[in-house]
Amino acid sequence: MNARFEYLLRLGDDALLLGQQLGLWTGHGPVLEEDIALTNIGLDQIGQARAWLTLAGRAEGTGRDEDTLAFHRDQSKFRNALLCERPNGHFGDTIVRQFLFDAYAVPLHAGLAQSNDAEISAIAKKSAKESAYHLRHSQAWMVRLGDGTTESHAKVQESLNLLLPFVGDLFHSDEVSSTAASEGWGVDPAGLRDAWEATLTETLEAAQLRRPDAAPEQVGGRLGRHTEQLSFLLAEMQVLPRTYPDAKW
Amino acid sequence: MRSADDWLSLLQGVPDPEIPVLNIVEMGIVRSVTCSHESVQVDITPTYMGCPAMDAIAYDIRTQLTPLASLEGRGLTVELVYAPAWTTDWLSDGAKAKLEAYGIAPPGKTTDKRALSGEAPSVRCPKCKSGKTELVSLFGSTACKAHYRCNDCSEPFDHFKCI
Repeated sequence: MNARFEYLLRLGDDALLLGQQLGLWTGHGPVLEEDIALTNIGLDQIGQARAWLTLAGRAEGTGRDEDTLAFHRDQSKFRNALLCERPNGHFGDTIVRQFLFDAYAVPLHAGLAQSNDAEISAIAKKSAKESAYHLRHSQAWMVRLGDGTTESHAKVQESLNLLLPFVGDLFHSDEVSSTAASEGWGVDPAGLRDAWEATLTETLEAAQLRRPDAAPEQVGGRLGRHTEQLSFLLAEMQVLPRTYPDAKW
Repeated sequence: MRSADDWLSLLQGVPDPEIPVLNIVEMGIVRSVTCSHESVQVDITPTYMGCPAMDAIAYDIRTQLTPLASLEGRGLTVELVYAPAWTTDWLSDGAKAKLEAYGIAPPGKTTDKRALSGEAPSVRCPKCKSGKTELVSLFGSTACKAHYRCNDCSEPFDHFKCI
C-alpha cells in the first residue's frame, strides 16, 4: 500500500467534499453576507483540495492529476471523513459541520506545517492561515446561534447532537497515519484530539450549548466505507466530466 | 537577451485581474524569475489557495510574454509555488496607497498585536478617512477581502484581509 498516496487523499477529499457542499449554498445563503462567506470558505477548501490531490497524484505515480482524482473516482475510492459528506441541511447544520471540522483543521495544519516534506509543509502553512480564519467565522456563528433565540438554540443543539458522532474519522489512526507520523511527513490524527476538545468545550460554553451524551462514533470514511449521501454528492459533482471526458470550456 | 530583471519589468505591465490598479509584481504574486539560455520561468504564488484569478494570471503572463521569449528562442513557463506563503506584508506602501485611492482599505501589518489576538483591527474608511468603521462580514467580494461599513459617511467598502 502507498501510505503517502492514501494519506494525501484523506487530506484532499475532506477539503473537496466540504468545498463542493459549501458551493451548493451559492444563491441560497440566509443573508447575502453569509452566502458570500460560505462560498468564500468553499473556495478556500477547493484550493486546498487541488493542492493536496495534485500531490496525491504525484505520490501515486500513475499519471492521475487533481481532476482525474476528483472526477473519475468512485465512492469506495474516496477517503474523506464521514463528517464531510453529511448533507448541508439548514444553515445551523452547515455551521456546526464546518465548526467541528475547522476546530480539527487548525491543529492539523499547524502539525503538517512541521512536516519534513517541503511540499506538504508549504501547503499546510498556507492553509493554516485560512483554517484559522474559517474557525473565527464558524465559532462566532456557533455562539450567535447557540446563545441566540430559543429557536436558533434548539436548532443548533439538534445539529450538534446529530453531527458530533461523525467526527470519529478525523481522529482515526491506522497503518497509513502511523506511517505518515513515524516518517515525519504527516501527523498522527489521534494527537489532534486534545486541541479539538479544548476548542469544542470553550465554544459550547460560550454558545450555551450542551455536549450531547456520548454516542458511538462512526468511522469508515478513511477506509472507503461511506454513507449513501456521498453517492448523491459525487453524482452531481462528476456528471459533467464523466459524460464529456476531457471537455474544455 | 533579456535578463531576469528585464522580465520582471515586463511583468509589471500585467495587472491583477481583480484589482487592476495594482500589477502582479506589486501584489507580491510574482515570486521570482529564473532565466537560462533556453527558458524563462516565472514563479507565482496565490494570495489564497482557492484564488480563482490564478489561472487568469498565469494565462495573462503566458499570452503577453511567450511571444517575446520565442523571439529570443526561449520557452516560457509559469509555475505555482506555495512557499513562502503570501502575506499582506509584501504589499509596498505605494501599493497600499493605490488600493486606498481605488476604494479598498489596505491591510495593516500582520505583526500588529491586534491581528495576533484576533481582535478586529481599526480600519480607515477609504472615502472619508474616518476611523469609525465596523466589520459587516469577515468575507467580501473576493477571497482576499472582508466587508466593512463607515459609520460616518455610510460608505460600504472592502478591506484587504490582513494575513
